[in-house]
Amino acid sequence: MTEKYLLEVKNLKQYFPVRVGTFKTIPLKAVDDVSFAIKPGETLGLVGESGCGKTTVGRSIMRLYEPTGGQVIFDGEEVNKKSIQKLRQGMQMVFQDPYSSLNPRMTVEDIIGEPLDVHKLYENKAERREKILGLMELVGLNAEHASRYAHEFSGGQRQRIGIARALAVNPKFIVCDEPVSALDVSIQAQVVNMFEDLKDKLGVSYLFIAHDLLVVHHISDRIAVMYLGKIVEIADADDLNNDPQHPYTLSLLSAVPIPDPIKARQKQRIVLEGDVPSPLNMPTGCPFRTRCRYATEQCAAECPQLTDRGNGHFVACWNK
Amino acid sequence: MTNIDEHGAPVKKPFSMHVDLSQFEPATDAEKMQQEVMGESVTFWRDGLRKLMKNPLAVFNLVVLAIIILTIIIAPMIVPYGYADMITIDGMRDKGAKNLAPFQWSEAEQAYIDAGGKLFPHIFGTDGLCRDYFIRCIYGTRISLSIGFFASLLVMCIGVVYGSISGYAGGKVDLIMQRIVDIIYSLPEMLIIILISVVLDATLKFNGNGILAKLGTNMISIFIVFGMLYWVSMARLVRGSVLSIKNNDYILAARSIGASPRRIIFKHILPNCISVIIVSTALQIPSAIFTESFLSFVGLGVQAPMPSLGSLANAAREGLSSYPYKLVFPSVIICLIVLSLNLLGDGLRDAFDPKLRR
Ligand SMILES: Nc1ncnc2c1ncn2[C@@H]1O[C@H](COP(=O)(O)OP(=O)(O)OP(=O)(O)O)[C@@H](O)[C@H]1O
Ligand SMILES: [Mg+2]
Repeated sequence: MTEKYLLEVKNLKQYFPVRVGTFKTIPLKAVDDVSFAIKPGETLGLVGESGCGKTTVGRSIMRLYEPTGGQVIFDGEEVNKKSIQKLRQGMQMVFQDPYSSLNPRMTVEDIIGEPLDVHKLYENKAERREKILGLMELVGLNAEHASRYAHEFSGGQRQRIGIARALAVNPKFIVCDEPVSALDVSIQAQVVNMFEDLKDKLGVSYLFIAHDLLVVHHISDRIAVMYLGKIVEIADADDLNNDPQHPYTLSLLSAVPIPDPIKARQKQRIVLEGDVPSPLNMPTGCPFRTRCRYATEQCAAECPQLTDRGNGHFVACWNK
Repeated sequence: MTNIDEHGAPVKKPFSMHVDLSQFEPATDAEKMQQEVMGESVTFWRDGLRKLMKNPLAVFNLVVLAIIILTIIIAPMIVPYGYADMITIDGMRDKGAKNLAPFQWSEAEQAYIDAGGKLFPHIFGTDGLCRDYFIRCIYGTRISLSIGFFASLLVMCIGVVYGSISGYAGGKVDLIMQRIVDIIYSLPEMLIIILISVVLDATLKFNGNGILAKLGTNMISIFIVFGMLYWVSMARLVRGSVLSIKNNDYILAARSIGASPRRIIFKHILPNCISVIIVSTALQIPSAIFTESFLSFVGLGVQAPMPSLGSLANAAREGLSSYPYKLVFPSVIICLIVLSLNLLGDGLRDAFDPKLRR
């Protein structure tokens, strides 16, 4: 590997202890052995259905949870308890829910200014204010509203405030945890476009989490598909779109609505049978095998690893 | 790059956005302005105060309290008598001014007035030691109110710090801290207060004329008791709301920024449970006043000659059959204060924290 990565995630594991009975706990494998890497300026999309551990991946990278195992390397430096405080100036997070991610007792100015306060990124009050107003303008907020409280804003505006807060420290990498799924469709497009603009203007990389394939394809260079805590396929965005390999990706793609009714009628939808297994009681071998059409005995015996199918297209499946 | 399918319709990649941006035109500045019109900014405090002002019962009690507080501030400036001094006429002690009824004059005073002198009336009469009873009640109210206020402040500080640390730390720390709370909760308060008062009385002896000496060791022990025992319910309440606030994403956001736990507690958590804190502090004041009065009544309160409402009521017991009004004045003041503080606390709760209502 000659290329330099901005962020490398190696065998990340995040288990949560779940209490069963009075003294016994069993691990809930929210993220199990996930590896990927992101180059500077690149955007990796992360898709998967609800509860598959996308948020947990993002939060473990940010060290909001102490990972059970694995390694995260950011900008050539391993992320651990000691280095994280410094590295937090380089990576930031935008949260899923714009309603609960802003403190209702703080003004917009103080919310956006908090990272500046914490990392002491200004000399005097005037410089602080200038920076905050600059950030507000950058994300398309009216600077006159700086002294208002977060609860007075609409969902889209709130998400912009959250983005401005993430941008305040000039990060190289931002984890965007479903930043648009709580917004309504017309606003989604605005906010996604803003993410793209910011990427062009500031050269940041994103880990863009979503469960909407349309949105993810629009913004990502590469896409990783997650199922029950594992990455099952990772490839270039167009590659994944045109030539999906893993049966789970196929079913996800077939569920994407097509605007053209004639095409839509011709298309065959692959409907998955059964429910997602509980992460507390995972099937042996491949986690997807209980719902997979192609499942064989080998799938039950052993979990397939991600293998290169050429062109940087990785798939974890025995049969494809 | 758009392909055309066999029906002549453009093929869309399943991934591409649904919306065809070329069919839209950019919004004009005027349209953008429309988006930015916002309602008037309403802060938490203003909103709460507005709701409080709409509650007639709360406003009424606020007025009652304001009148009481104004009276205890202004009255000592107007009334020419001291709470510890015997009534004097022309520098002469008036031994006849004993146990006078309200607005009654002693013989010597009457003679002085007849001779053309001017005297301030004894609004509540005088006590058995020839002291003006009105000014004693005023000072008693002062003492009782300030004890209630400061004891509640103390309770609030300890309870808030303890509760927020316990709630924020969670896990084992929380478990241990909560067991300590449980133990303190189960102690019989009155017994402890009496024990502490007795022990402190023997060990602490204040000399001189400082405010501490004036108040006496019993007052110190009341504060110690409040500091040791009464903060637990506040700590529990604060811990409860910290636990629920902790789950909000903005706490995670603050952590991802790199904010220290101290900053998170003081900037993010406590401002969001301020309503719980205000309401329970407001409701703590009357209970502290009540405890103080009770202790003074059983003789463990402020040091004589400093009056408090409880010790005044206690002293009035002796002549209860002849001068019943002496018991009525301090008791009515206690009731008035406690009742109006309680009702005001309820009003505050409704205004600032409607969820707390049961
Ligand atoms: N703090 C936690 N303690 C215990 N279990 C957790 C915790 N956080 C997440 N989980 C569990 O981990 C699994 C993955 O959750 P996660 O929030 O990462 O899903 P997600 O992919 O982000 O879903 P969504 O699309 O709904 O946001 C879920 O089963 C969830 O119940
Ligand atoms: Mg999520």
